[in-house]
Amino acid sequence: MNEITVFIMGKGYRVPAGLTIMKAMEYAGYRLARGCGCRGGYCGACATVYRLPGDYKLYADLACQTPVQDGMYIAQLPFTPAERPAYTLGDLKAEGQTLLALFPELARCVACNTCTKACPQKLEVMDAVQASLRGDIRGVAEFTFDCVSCGLCTMRCPAEISHHHVWQLARRLNGAYLTPRAEHVQTRVAEIAAGKFKAELDKLVTMTKDELVAAYKARQIEA
Amino acid sequence: MASELDLSRDRLDAPFARRVEELSGENPYACYQCGKCSAGCPFADYMDALPNQVLRLVQLGDASALELSAPWVCASCLACGVRCPKGVDIATTMEALRILALRRGISPAPVTPDRPCPQIALVGAYRKLTP
Amino acid sequence: MKTIAYFPGCAMKDQARPDEAGTLHALALLGYEVTEIPRWNCCGTVYSLAQDDLMRHVGPVRNLVRVQGMGEGRVLTLCAMCYGTLARSARFVAEPERLARINAFLDTEDDFRGGIEVVHLLTLLRDEVGYEKLAAQVKRTLDGLKVGTYYGCVLLRPRLFAVDDPDRPEVMERVVEALGGTPVAFPERTECCGAYLTVGRTDIVGDRVGRILRSARGGGAEVVVTTCPLCQFNLDERRPAGAPTLPVLYLGQLLAWAMGLDEPAVAALVSKEPATGRPVSTGV
Repeated sequence: MNEITVFIMGKGYRVPAGLTIMKAMEYAGYRLARGCGCRGGYCGACATVYRLPGDYKLYADLACQTPVQDGMYIAQLPFTPAERPAYTLGDLKAEGQTLLALFPELARCVACNTCTKACPQKLEVMDAVQASLRGDIRGVAEFTFDCVSCGLCTMRCPAEISHHHVWQLARRLNGAYLTPRAEHVQTRVAEIAAGKFKAELDKLVTMTKDELVAAYKARQIEA
Repeated sequence: MASELDLSRDRLDAPFARRVEELSGENPYACYQCGKCSAGCPFADYMDALPNQVLRLVQLGDASALELSAPWVCASCLACGVRCPKGVDIATTMEALRILALRRGISPAPVTPDRPCPQIALVGAYRKLTP
Repeated sequence: MKTIAYFPGCAMKDQARPDEAGTLHALALLGYEVTEIPRWNCCGTVYSLAQDDLMRHVGPVRNLVRVQGMGEGRVLTLCAMCYGTLARSARFVAEPERLARINAFLDTEDDFRGGIEVVHLLTLLRDEVGYEKLAAQVKRTLDGLKVGTYYGCVLLRPRLFAVDDPDRPEVMERVVEALGGTPVAFPERTECCGAYLTVGRTDIVGDRVGRILRSARGGGAEVVVTTCPLCQFNLDERRPAGAPTLPVLYLGQLLAWAMGLDEPAVAALVSKEPATGRPVSTGV
């Protein structure tokens, strides 16, 4: 077996080449209660930072998506402390300074671009910060659509911005106020309110369990 | 600010004056205390020490300048600098004091807008008032 | 048509959108094709005065790298504060050792080679368009309207970056004259409004604003114009009780009005979508 050496939290281990960081940690004997979720690159729980020998750069990635390399120095970041002020979406307006009012530290961005370099999803994170700053909520929502909230940008940010909470609010505002409504849903809701399905619903309520089971089995199913 | 200055040598903190000079790129000893900066400062009324007095403390190497509110009231409008007959950019000296204070963990009240503020104001406030 | 790269800054995309729309319309009439620089970021609004604070220059320099990438040698700003940070940072990092350090830090960008000129609207109007050509485009004279010309700080200080004489500026007055207005050069027109102190010290800013507005009114001004969105905000929003109620406008609004646009037309120019990186010339 082709083995390589990795250093997990400062201790060296021989692990098979080709494993992901997460698998290598488990191979080395770690039992992951935190910092591990979907194992498929979607949940953002396994934020990890590492360095490679002879390279000054600090890399950031998801442990479940990143293969180990020989000589890698690895540390897990299972959680990112980040401030999220309480808000009620219905009381907010999707306008210029809404994001800034709740997250004024956005204004501390110095455009260093460290967030973008840290993003395992390869998002243009700094552009999203800048869009937040100028109140372009839809822009933020679009820039951050694929954010998995791993928190790596937040850990690296010298301006101490809590990025993923800002992005979540921007996407909520975009969804609630800026995205066009689906007209057929509105129509159907109005029909329901007007009692179009009342007779059928009333009938269902009065049916016995056996009748319901029979009706369920006899329902039309898409081929 | 004290109305009397203790001029004894053992109060002199030359490294402090040198550090302010390095950070600001301005020679504090060029100032001959004419007071023109303070006379023209739109914010002098709100300061606990006038701009020329702040500069005097720096000349004396007196690090108590870091405890003053004056540097935080200074809005970097540079009116002092264009009027100084000795070409000292006092606002830059104020910036050096702010930066030294912030780096030593001395900071003014946190930036918490009490009323809505546009980006242009918040960005400026955070840059000047937070480390 | 002359082309020019344009750095809007945050205010032009939010509270100062009437200024942007009006100015860009006027520039189109004056023969400029204005192209917003792609993926710009905040300039930082206040210039860092310290010698060792290179990080605060990263934002401005990144914008200048974008201008360089467009193949342009200069960039236009409408906002006084953007002008200050971009122009001063461009000069600060021209020093070879600083330039090398900042380029090493900006490793994912092209190296900044320096030499980008930062131009404010007022100097463009004075030095390139000329007051006569500006006057020739006036479709609706301001008819002697008494306009208080408020410069504030950044346009005039420090001396090295002043758009005009810091003690006796006249460029804004001459622009107002070209539009048919009567400039009112009031005593407080070069004094600071309080700038970012508006965040925590509304008391100080309120006092300053009251003084400035009384000075303008004392000189007979019927409106006050500025090119700085922070001055405009403070003069309008931090006006203390009892201060003169005269309107505070952006120069761009006045320009557009004199060139034939009324207020709804300026509003209509403000695009519905905040824009980045596309030509914003209004194609008049």
